[in-house]
Amino acid sequence: MSTSFKVELRFFASVREQLGCAELTVELPPEISTVGQVRDWLIARGGVWATALAHDRPLRMAYGHVMCDGSELLLRAQPDQEIAFFPPVTGG
Amino acid sequence: MKIRVQSDDFDVSTELAALNHAQVGALVSFVGTVRSDHGITGMELEHYPGMTEKSLTEIARQAQLSWELSDVVIIHRVGALQAGAQIVLVATTSRHRGTAFAACEFIMDYLKTEAPFWKKELGPDGAHWVDARSTDLSALDKWR
Repeated sequence: MSTSFKVELRFFASVREQLGCAELTVELPPEISTVGQVRDWLIARGGVWATALAHDRPLRMAYGHVMCDGSELLLRAQPDQEIAFFPPVTGG
Repeated sequence: MKIRVQSDDFDVSTELAALNHAQVGALVSFVGTVRSDHGITGMELEHYPGMTEKSLTEIARQAQLSWELSDVVIIHRVGALQAGAQIVLVATTSRHRGTAFAACEFIMDYLKTEAPFWKKELGPDGAHWVDARSTDLSALDKWR
């Protein structure tokens, strides 16, 4: 049983500026099952999405406020899920 | 353990005095400041509210699992910062200086590569995002 499901997307720093978007709620199609597939699904929108999230770019991702590498399975049964895309961090 | 993310400045003496170090012999602290070379006048520090505190807490917890620490404090500022301003304070207390030094460096090394902060420097050519440095990533090798 796979239905579409809703997630909050967050974008930070240069990625946010390129997209002109800090957050977005999307309905993911049933075939999307990992964080990396969400990225590919957004890239498929083309335009700034394809540029900002491009695979040749050192992009970092977080799922549920934890850094991840893209292979993480989405927990479809859980409400209020958040996925974030951002450049490598530069604090300190 | 104390973890704070704030726009306000912090007073190092006050923060160090508040650490639990009555029973221990070593207190090590690190303060990072906004550089002012190459005509940099300040910076804007962005972060990921919700994830930032969680990430710093996890880094401090890892340090506490690896070394015998009696206390840890991490304070990181966000928002608009002038050149020369304090950005971050990390302090550790322990019975021995070697432990306190190592844990403090460990926390800074992981903070720089894992905690969701991004610096935008303001200079003579306008504002630009600071690129992550590969030396920050390779600094983690010594902890593996």
